[in-house]
Amino acid sequence: MIDGSLLFEQLFNGVQYGILLFLLAAGLTLVFGIMDLMNLAHGSLYMMGAYFAAVVTRATGSFLLGIAASLPATLVLGIVIEVVVLRRLYARGHLDQVLATFGLILFFNELVRLIWGPAGIQVALPNFLNEALVMFDVPLPVYRIAIIVVGLAVALFLYLLVTKTRTGMLIRAGASNREMVGALGVDIKKVFTLVFGLGAGLAALAGVLAGPIFSVTIGMGENILIQVLVVIVIGGIGSVRGAFVAAFLIGVIDIMGRAFLDLFFQLFLPVNAAETAAPAVASMLIYILMATVLFFRPQGLFPARTG
Amino acid sequence: MLRRPATIVVIALFVLLALVPVVSEWTEVPFYTDFGRRMMILAIAALSLNLIMGYGGMISFGHAAYVGIGAYAVGICAHHGIYSGFIQWPLAVAGSAVVALIFGAISLRTRGVYFIMITLALAQMMFFLFVSLDKYGGDDGLPLVQPSEFAELIDLSDKTSLYYLVFVLLVLCFWICRRLVNSRFGMVIQGARSNEARMEALGYPTLRYRLTAFVIAGMMAGLAGALLANHTDFVNPDMMHWTRSGDLIIMVLLGGMGSLAGPIVGAVVFLALEEVLAGVTEYWMLIFGPFLVLVVLFARGGLLGFLDRRREGRDG
Repeated sequence: MIDGSLLFEQLFNGVQYGILLFLLAAGLTLVFGIMDLMNLAHGSLYMMGAYFAAVVTRATGSFLLGIAASLPATLVLGIVIEVVVLRRLYARGHLDQVLATFGLILFFNELVRLIWGPAGIQVALPNFLNEALVMFDVPLPVYRIAIIVVGLAVALFLYLLVTKTRTGMLIRAGASNREMVGALGVDIKKVFTLVFGLGAGLAALAGVLAGPIFSVTIGMGENILIQVLVVIVIGGIGSVRGAFVAAFLIGVIDIMGRAFLDLFFQLFLPVNAAETAAPAVASMLIYILMATVLFFRPQGLFPARTG
Repeated sequence: MLRRPATIVVIALFVLLALVPVVSEWTEVPFYTDFGRRMMILAIAALSLNLIMGYGGMISFGHAAYVGIGAYAVGICAHHGIYSGFIQWPLAVAGSAVVALIFGAISLRTRGVYFIMITLALAQMMFFLFVSLDKYGGDDGLPLVQPSEFAELIDLSDKTSLYYLVFVLLVLCFWICRRLVNSRFGMVIQGARSNEARMEALGYPTLRYRLTAFVIAGMMAGLAGALLANHTDFVNPDMMHWTRSGDLIIMVLLGGMGSLAGPIVGAVVFLALEEVLAGVTEYWMLIFGPFLVLVVLFARGGLLGFLDRRREGRDG
C-alpha cells in the first residue's frame, strides 16, 4: 500500500524539482523563441553558476554570499559568451548552433576540471535553511520550500516582465518579427544580449539552488539539460507558459515514477518482475511522455506564435 | 568524377587504411592497427549518419543509440552463451532497425529543431534504459567473453583479421551509400530535403522515403556497433551517451556534410586530432572545444568542401 504521507513527500519533491527545471527551461525557451538560437551550453551556465557559488561558499563560509557572487558572475559570463561566440550564430542553421555550443560544453567542462579538479564539491547549508517544517506528519526541508518560493517568484517576475513592461514588449515583438523591430529603430542586438543575460542569470540561479541538493560536479549541466530540453519540447519551444506547465509535469512524473512505479507494477506483476521492470521504465517515463505529446501535438502543448 | 581532389583523397585514404596492419607489423607498434580499426568502425557509423543528415537533411542527435544497440546485441548474446556471429550480427542489425523504425516514426512527425531534440531525447532514453538494466551490468556494462564466432570462415580473435573484416565492411558500406545516394531513392531523399512540398506534389510519399532512409542508417550504425563490441571486447551504456552522438555529428561536419567520403575523412581526422591533442595536454578539450567553434564559424563544408568546392551537397 502507498501511504499518504509518503505520497505527499514525493509530490513535494517533484514540485521542487519542477521548479529547478523551470528556471532552466525559461531561459532556454526565451532565448530560442526570440533569437531562434539552440543553445546546448545553457547547461554549462548552470554548472558555472553552481561552481561559482560553491567556491565562494567554501571560501567565505556563507551560502548567501555565494549566491550574491554567483549570479552577477554568471550573468557576465553569459554576456561574454553571447558577444564573443553566439552572436555570430543567430543567422546560422540549428545544426551549426548545436555544434558550436557543444564545443562550448566541452570547453567549460574541461575548464572546470582544470581549475577546481575532477572531484565534486559539497555545499553546506546555513543553519536557518537546514531545518524542516512538519506538514501532514511529513518533515519538509525549509531549503526545498525556499526553492519553491524563489521559483514561483521568478515565474511571477517573468510574467510581469514579459506582459507588462516596455522591455517585455520589445521581447515579444522581437519574437514575432526581428527585422521589423530593428527597422523601427530598436537596437535589437541589445535586446538579444539582455535576454541572453537574463537566461544566463536564471540558469545560474538554478545551479546555485541545486548545489546543496545534488553535489556540484562536472557534467551536472548535461544531465539536467536533456530533461530541460524535454520540458521545452513538451511545453512548446519559445513558450514560457508552456515551460512552466511542462516543468511541473516532468518534475512530478519523474520523481513519482522513481518512487512508486514498482508498487504500481506489483498490482499486476509478480514482485520480482515488478522490481526489475520499474527502474527501467521509470527512467524512460518522461521520454515516453514526450513522445506521446509530440505524436498528438508536434508543436508541443503551448505552441509559440512564431515557428 | 575521377579528377576531383576529394575522390583522390578517398582513394588514397582507402589505400593507406589497407596498409596500416602491414606498417603496424613492420614497426612493431600494434597500436596502429587498433587505432586504424577504431577509425574505420566510427567511419561506418559516421557514413550512416551522413546518409540521413547530409542527404536527407534529418539532423539526428541520437545516432549513437543505434551503435549502442548493435553493440549490446552482441554483448547480450555472448552473455547468454550465444557466440555465433551468424546470430549476433543479424540480431544487431535487426535490433537497430526496429528501434530506428519506432524512433523514426515518432521523430519524423516533427521538423527542424524539434527533430534534433526528440532524437536526442529518445537516444538518451535508450542510454538510461541500459544504465538501469542491472542484469546486463547497468552502468558498468558487459565484458565480452569472446569475440563473435564465424565457424571456420574467419577468426576474429586475431586482431589483423578483424581489421580487414572492418575494412571490407567499410568499403562495402561506402559502396552502398554511393549506390543509394545516386539512385532514384537517393534523389527523392535529397529532393525532400530541399523542398518537401514539391516532392509531395510530385506524388512521392516523402515520409515513407525519409523513414526508410532513417532505418537504413540505423541498421548501418547497428553494424558499426557490433564491430565496436568486438573491437573493445566490452559494451557499456557510454557507447550511446549523447556526447557520442555529438562526436558522430562532428565527424560528419568535419569531413564535409553531404559528400560521400566526408564522414570517413572526418572520422579519421577527428580521432587523430583527439590522439594528438591528448598527447599535448591532459586537458585537451580545452583546445578541442574552441577548435570546434572555429570550424563551425569559419570552415563551412568541412575539409572535403575546402578541397572540392563543387561537391554535390549543400549544408542547411
